[in-house]
Amino acid sequence: MKKLSAALLAVAGLALGACGDKPEEKVVNVYNWSDYIDEQILTDFTTETGIKVVYDVFDSNDVLETKLLAGSSGYDVVVPSGTFLARQINAGVFQKLDRSKLTNWGNLWDMVLDRTSIWDPGNQYAVDYMWGTTGIGYNTKQVAERMADAPVNSWDLVFNPEVAAKFADCGIYMLDTSDEMIPAALNYIGENPDSKDPAVIEKAEAVLMAIRPFIRKFHSSEYIDALANGDACVAVGWSGDILQARDRAAEAKNGVEVAYVTPDGGAQMWFDMMAIPADAKHPDNAHTFINYIMRAEVMAKASNYVFYANGNKASQEFLTPDVIGDPAIYPTPEALKKLFIITPYSSDVQRVLTRIWTRVKSGQ
Amino acid sequence: MGAERLCRVDELSGVAMTSPDPMKKKHKGLPLVSGGLVSMICECPPYRWAASRCYRWGLQGRSLTVMVPYLWLVLLFLAPFLIVVKISFSEIRIAIPPYAPLFEMIDGLYVQLNLHMANYQRLFHDDLYMHAYLSSLRIAVVSTVLTLLVGYPIAYGMARAPKSWRLPLLMLVILPFWTSFLIRVYAWIGILKTEGFLNMFLLWTGVIDEPLVILHTNIAVYIGIVYSYLPFMILPLYSSLEKMDHSLLEAAADLGCPPHKAFWKVTFPLSRPGIIAGCFLVFIPAVGEFVIPDLLGGSSTLMIGKTLWSEFFNNRDWPLASAAAVILLLLLVVPIVWFQRFQSNRSQLGE
Repeated sequence: MKKLSAALLAVAGLALGACGDKPEEKVVNVYNWSDYIDEQILTDFTTETGIKVVYDVFDSNDVLETKLLAGSSGYDVVVPSGTFLARQINAGVFQKLDRSKLTNWGNLWDMVLDRTSIWDPGNQYAVDYMWGTTGIGYNTKQVAERMADAPVNSWDLVFNPEVAAKFADCGIYMLDTSDEMIPAALNYIGENPDSKDPAVIEKAEAVLMAIRPFIRKFHSSEYIDALANGDACVAVGWSGDILQARDRAAEAKNGVEVAYVTPDGGAQMWFDMMAIPADAKHPDNAHTFINYIMRAEVMAKASNYVFYANGNKASQEFLTPDVIGDPAIYPTPEALKKLFIITPYSSDVQRVLTRIWTRVKSGQ
Repeated sequence: MGAERLCRVDELSGVAMTSPDPMKKKHKGLPLVSGGLVSMICECPPYRWAASRCYRWGLQGRSLTVMVPYLWLVLLFLAPFLIVVKISFSEIRIAIPPYAPLFEMIDGLYVQLNLHMANYQRLFHDDLYMHAYLSSLRIAVVSTVLTLLVGYPIAYGMARAPKSWRLPLLMLVILPFWTSFLIRVYAWIGILKTEGFLNMFLLWTGVIDEPLVILHTNIAVYIGIVYSYLPFMILPLYSSLEKMDHSLLEAAADLGCPPHKAFWKVTFPLSRPGIIAGCFLVFIPAVGEFVIPDLLGGSSTLMIGKTLWSEFFNNRDWPLASAAAVILLLLLVVPIVWFQRFQSNRSQLGE
């Protein structure tokens, strides 16, 4: 009898343990942007911590947000951009970060923290992973052949119909995101790129409609390969992606030379933020993962691989000269002043943006 | 001597069409899959209790068997559809989930029903959606006709092939399914693009001097749909053509009917069930197709599947996306039900 009750107690104890602080399964589910990490980092992390990384990728904030708002996404770490992060925080998607578990917090860069606190006051919910700009990538040879004095340092290259028409035959690609292209178009015509006034936003439509016939494709990731293969000669895209295209072309030795510019008129600056969903099943592992990424050497390894600037001041000493020394990745302080950021749109204004964008894409 | 007069085979095909279908043999009782297991289950008390209850409510083996497809429909069609209808009447908000509840408790006493009609109003207000519906229907009709034109000769050839060839040929039609649909559509990008295989080949043969721009146009979408859905057209066509009694054609020939006329008077009408089934199998998924227009179509290819995607993902407007889906379903189901009615009325009249 005694034995039986002891056994029962043991079982009850196990059950109780299961309900209480059961050690997490050694897994972390990460959902990040495509082409955005050195896979070696994930392997190293697993070797060091024994936590397996299930790594999944997306190429648009919209897809991520839809999954998050549907609930039970199953992810432990997600990487939305700033404007999306702000809205998702309001929707109650995320849990606050436990700073006591993020021992590498001191490595972060105050320039970035200041800016990201616009979306996440006090930086309570998220840590910057990478940041970059939305500018223009172009095939130097093809552009020079078609227009000797092409305005490559200006948005005229894509937004001026007379100029854009010259490159229609060799392929102009454009990001398929209303909240990057519409602010860029507004900035081009001298309006406030962060305007929330539908009457102002609608002015962007005329700019985009005028160049629409010359655009080959609106897509948010295909332009990397297209630029690298020579299938596109001009692409509006994200800094690091275009620099990856530049390097892929150089490796392939296919005679394609790609360059990236943040046009003189100013460009959007964006921040991709690591955050933990409120319903994450492995929050401890998620904190371990984020803290690992926040190590100076690890963050530098990631930046050296993907050619994006990061929000980690301490990592800068480990960056290769062609990353830290490239103003396309780490803009000079003067250039930094011309970069603008965008705050979240309300549902109604978002609808105006999407409708304009649909009209631009489909012509209807 | 007019061929018209001699070609009296309408009756022939009429006879064949109303002849009893050998497949319609009545099954009596349940097939005994494993008698021992069945009798074991039948003897255990919970089963007997349930069986007696069911019997009292008029539920017997046969009605239960009939219920299975209904249960399937309710569970996998009606229930999801009702959820979509429910969401289509709610209001968008930024939260998890991103729409407001339809029913709200007020003071724990009243249940308030919030029917939000604006989603449907918006669908009719903004001509984008109507354009998308019409363009989807147009693309689906054109590609269904093209699929029929391509699929019919293939199915015909297969049905006329020597018996020993038929199974391998059937396998060849099904073979592409072994590769992911997405990859097969992706492969077409490599074939159709400006520097793709097709253009390379045509340039090499000297048929064209300038590469054709096919990718990112509606033509690429048609090619993609015809290619992807061809097996769905061939299989029902083949099964109806293969069943056809060949002696009917011999009789037609004996009556002096030339082969091409015999085809239109005998073979074609007899394959009509296959044509209808094949066309439905191609047309219905083609209307809502998303992957093919997204990968192969251009930015001006407007289809309701893409419009739905952008409502859902870009605007995060689940209610409006649901309303668009409900209208799409009505647009498809109503004509199909009407057609079925029409068909069954006709066959009843025929009898």
